[in-house]
Amino acid sequence: MSDPQKDIEGKELPSDVMEIQLGPSHPATHGIVKLDTKLSGETVLDMDVSIGFLHRGFEKMCEHRDWNQNMVFTDRLNYCSAPANNAAYASAVEKICGVELPDRGQWVRLIVTEISRVCDHLVCVAASVMELGGFSVYLYFIQAREELWFILDKICGSRLTTSMSRIGGQAYDLYDGFEDDIVAAFAKVRQAMEDGSKMITRNRIFYDRMRDVGKISEEDAIDLGFTGPVLRSTGCDYDVRKANPYWKYPEVDFEVPTGDRGDNYDRYLIRMEEIEQSMHIIDQAIEKLPEGNVFIDDFKIFLSPKSETYNSIEGLIHHFKIIMNGPAVPKGEAYFAIESPNGEHGYYVVSDGGSLPYRVRARPTCLPMTMALPELCKGGMIADIVPTFGSINMIGGELER
Amino acid sequence: MLDKIVKKLETATKGAVLEQIPVDQDDRLIIDKNMIHQVCRTLKQDKEMDFKLLAELTCVDYIEEETRFEVVYQLYSLSNKYRLRLKARVAEGDSIASVSDIWRVANPLEREVYDMFGVKFNNHPALTRILMWEGFEGHPLRKDFPLKRHQAIVPLRMEIEVKDDPPYNWTKYQKKRKLGLDK
Repeated sequence: MSDPQKDIEGKELPSDVMEIQLGPSHPATHGIVKLDTKLSGETVLDMDVSIGFLHRGFEKMCEHRDWNQNMVFTDRLNYCSAPANNAAYASAVEKICGVELPDRGQWVRLIVTEISRVCDHLVCVAASVMELGGFSVYLYFIQAREELWFILDKICGSRLTTSMSRIGGQAYDLYDGFEDDIVAAFAKVRQAMEDGSKMITRNRIFYDRMRDVGKISEEDAIDLGFTGPVLRSTGCDYDVRKANPYWKYPEVDFEVPTGDRGDNYDRYLIRMEEIEQSMHIIDQAIEKLPEGNVFIDDFKIFLSPKSETYNSIEGLIHHFKIIMNGPAVPKGEAYFAIESPNGEHGYYVVSDGGSLPYRVRARPTCLPMTMALPELCKGGMIADIVPTFGSINMIGGELER
Repeated sequence: MLDKIVKKLETATKGAVLEQIPVDQDDRLIIDKNMIHQVCRTLKQDKEMDFKLLAELTCVDYIEEETRFEVVYQLYSLSNKYRLRLKARVAEGDSIASVSDIWRVANPLEREVYDMFGVKFNNHPALTRILMWEGFEGHPLRKDFPLKRHQAIVPLRMEIEVKDDPPYNWTKYQKKRKLGLDK
């Protein structure tokens, strides 16, 4: 192989490092991330990641609004899995109050979180495959997600920004006919996944573009703060649902898939398997779902139902105080983390006993992965940035809040 | 578990732990800010405690107290499946040691604390703004920064008279100061 630096007569061609910017608006950097890359030919020598183009001041705004009004902000963090964010924020504040939901409430939270996990993984895989050119897979998976969004629409009225939880319970219970809808929807999801994976899983082009691309070792991944499917692809089996169980996860039986090579292909396989496991969890949860309320009995924290409000004086007073002042959250602080589709999504909430939160901090699940993109992409080619970026599932809302 | 940790920290770093607060699944330690680096290094490198994952590094602004900022570290030990929170108070204008050489994820998280609160970290590789643009003045998440301040990225062509923010945009603390209620 002749040295490409030398021209025909054997003289060396002058060459510099080329600095190219995969600018903020680029079809492959979904969300808005600026990558300043330094290239030698097609090899990435170095990369610098700039974020902050979607910073909306979530944490500042949360300090000026009621505990329940912040629920709509949490919808817009990881906008592909809004029910999970809602449930995590509500659970963190309930930890300060020291209350726990009744059984049915915890099961309903588990079910909607797992539905959102299926939706998020479908979108992540679909988008990253579309960027490699497999447009049909994107269409199949997005149609499958439509079936699940139709169900979420029937539960709470919205498909994307659900705002399903409140402090002290769920605002919306599951409806009659939920089980039949879920069975029909999952059949369609499984069919779409089968059709899609038949096209890509053993496809030579897909395999060559994803295998051994974006590799990272387990030690580096933990040091860089990875969690979620990206960490599990390196071999570490940290899943918050198994390590520090919450809600009703101890009572469901599921497996946590792990990879061994830490590359993009492992992450793709892990996400497909996690969709299957989530559907299995929801099937078990529907069987075990008890009767009861999805909210707590304490109406100083959760808005009382109208039967209480109109028929008793305490109900009326609690209703008034909650609407005017917000839930009675005592002074304290708490950190509560769930396993969101991207990884460990935790809320650090500080309350000073007043009507507004003192500090709400959402752990940006995809920030460690996005800021570690140089580690994943160095030494590879510029075309390898695209599948790597897709496989870390960077969601702009969560990265920059 | 918390007592074991405090005992080990007492032998390795004397006087670092100012207070320990055990709460179910939410243990906290208040650490002296000058010894935070030794404490974090001990917690990570000890084979039994093994806090390899830094989940969260953030800050809270307690404007009405003497030392204003409280930097919060959320550590997780994968082998023990145990969460620990460290808190260190930093006064305004003061700085605290950076832990980015212990956990590399602290690099962007500390940049965000500097950007939003103005807390400086010693020995940080590149302490620049991460979410706001370079040239932004002020630190947004401080309690005395108003909610709706307009700041132009590109310099304005004409001089605009800068009026005081209207009262409904003042935070609770600004109201107290402007109305003279904090004296």
